[in-house]
Amino acid sequence: MLWVDKYRPHTLDKVMVHQQEAQNLKNLIAQGDCPHLLFYGPSGAGKKTLIMALLREMYGAGAEKVKVENKLWKVEAGSRKIEVELTTISSNYHVELNPSDAGFQDRYVVQEIIKEMAKSKPLSVAGIKSFKVLVLNEVDKLSKEAQHSLRRTMEKYSAACRLVLCCNSASKVIEAVRSRCLNVRITAPAEDEIVKVLLHVAKKEGLQLSPAFAGRIAFHSNRNLRRAILSLEACKVHQYPFTDSQPVQTTDWEQYIVEVASDIMNEQSPKRLFLVRGKLYELLVNCIPPELILKRLLLELMKKLDSELKHEVCHWAAFYEHRMQLGQKAIFHLEAFVAKFMSIYKKFLIATFG
Amino acid sequence: MAPIQRTSQQWVEKYRPKQVKDVAYQDEVVRTLMNTLETGNLPHLLFYGPPGTGKTSTALAIAHQLYGPELYKTRVLELNASDDRGINVVRTKIKDFAAVAVGSGISGYPCPPFKIIILDEADSMTEDAQNALRRTMETFSKVTRFCFICNYISRIIEPLASRCAKFRFKPLVEDIMSQRISYICQEEGLHLDSEALSSLSRISEGDLRRAITCLQSSARLYGSSISSENIISVSGIIPHAVIQSLFEACKTGVFDQSQKEVTNIIAEGYPVSQVLSQLHDLIVVADDLSDDQKARICERLSEADKCLIDGADEYLQLMDVASNTMRTLCNMTQECTYY
Repeated sequence: MLWVDKYRPHTLDKVMVHQQEAQNLKNLIAQGDCPHLLFYGPSGAGKKTLIMALLREMYGAGAEKVKVENKLWKVEAGSRKIEVELTTISSNYHVELNPSDAGFQDRYVVQEIIKEMAKSKPLSVAGIKSFKVLVLNEVDKLSKEAQHSLRRTMEKYSAACRLVLCCNSASKVIEAVRSRCLNVRITAPAEDEIVKVLLHVAKKEGLQLSPAFAGRIAFHSNRNLRRAILSLEACKVHQYPFTDSQPVQTTDWEQYIVEVASDIMNEQSPKRLFLVRGKLYELLVNCIPPELILKRLLLELMKKLDSELKHEVCHWAAFYEHRMQLGQKAIFHLEAFVAKFMSIYKKFLIATFG
Repeated sequence: MAPIQRTSQQWVEKYRPKQVKDVAYQDEVVRTLMNTLETGNLPHLLFYGPPGTGKTSTALAIAHQLYGPELYKTRVLELNASDDRGINVVRTKIKDFAAVAVGSGISGYPCPPFKIIILDEADSMTEDAQNALRRTMETFSKVTRFCFICNYISRIIEPLASRCAKFRFKPLVEDIMSQRISYICQEEGLHLDSEALSSLSRISEGDLRRAITCLQSSARLYGSSISSENIISVSGIIPHAVIQSLFEACKTGVFDQSQKEVTNIIAEGYPVSQVLSQLHDLIVVADDLSDDQKARICERLSEADKCLIDGADEYLQLMDVASNTMRTLCNMTQECTYY
């Protein structure tokens, strides 16, 4: 079992970061009722952990007995019938799913599942809540229509089920949905909090971990707790006992992007562009999201730039990322960004050094 | 912390005004409609104004006062944007309902001889559907009155608007808002200090529904005594200090400084669309900026807002805004030099 899962806190009392939020959530459900909730915050901040702990608080240990199902939903949309296949994770008390997996048909999935849940409303026995909970992940990736149909469904079936929505950026969730939920912002843990957690994990595993090295892992994790724990585990596999100077393990796709960045900095020519394209393709076929590639690439390139160039490069990165969202093929826009960067950089070099 | 009684009922519903005269602050509207109630004569109505000013409440209150609870079901048809309101519905459901003759009224209520169709959020109806309504409105005007409710009157087609008596609902001023909120606090047994009260009135910007929802959320989270910080953390407003420090970082003209601030904002999980709108508020009133600078910054802010709606990445957009703001503030070259 990975340490990330092994040391995930299971109850609201045991969380090490976000103690305030956990306490608030506890107060919230203490009276037996709860509104719809919307958790938002950067990845690796602990949204999912809090949600699972909340469910456990509400329903007891039964909420953790989950089964994974691959279900086929048959939806009637007007005159035609649509079949959507979706993986759900469910216990007796809750259902969890990623509606955005259904692509452009997400609207039907959202409506159909909530309707089905509402049909089988659990009876209110002592201690058991009379509603089920539906956890929807990545609501920010839902299409606008799906979000609009969510707002109606939320009100209509609120007696039988509560929604817990989870997303990275609240900007992409429509105002109407946000205003119907209690919004809970989960901040990324600060570096010293990450250090605290890392030391805790190391102690439980019986490892010697110096605070200095833990601090370095925390620094490299960009305030992402999950990454910090994963890289601690990777470091342990790489070399144990730890030394303070040992390199912090990063994921291979990041190293790959560092490589791409140095390729671009070394030579700016159509030939090099062709080479870089091959590498970008390699990343894409390995299912690295294109937004992440572009962002990472920008950060790597910016490390080596003059500040006057940074403004410009930053502008173009935002420009091409926006186009990427509107367009279909990510590779065009990634490549366009690289080509643009090469042209800017080359002109800068000529202007500076002649 | 004293436990407070929680019911699943939303306070917004609980404290919805039951009678037209209870509707806060919309004096002209109330006066006209009270008159209507006495005479039992009602034109077609068109209510417009920003959200949370009492449009739907007024419409429902009128219908209730005219017919009373018994006749309400048969005499009033209420449709809002979440119901299907394509052209087919207009042709069948609305037309069928409009065509039915009315029976006799019951005593105790005015019960004028017509039915009311309330179309909430009418600005999201398609133009075709609105066009299909034109003739229906006139043909059945003897037995049916329409009440349109919308935020933007410009999205209602002219032929429909000209058939109605228009009422504008204005955003609530802070005094009235505070009165209403303190009343609810009293009823619910909440304690709100004056600072929290004024910040609640301020951030809700004339939208009473938003204020009440916000109050209920904070009561649920923090119990019966609520401070100004509680209100701000629930409402999703970003603390002023965060925006200020981003602005200060842009003033320094050091790129890395602003990059640090941006990374920080993203890690704290603040919604960037909110950052943009609060940054805008800050920039517009800033004294030490020239009009030209303000215009340049706002132009980029609006572009970024559009990009966010298209689904662009928050980090990159905010970086671009910050870098543009910095270039403007420090009078660096605007155009890309190596373009």
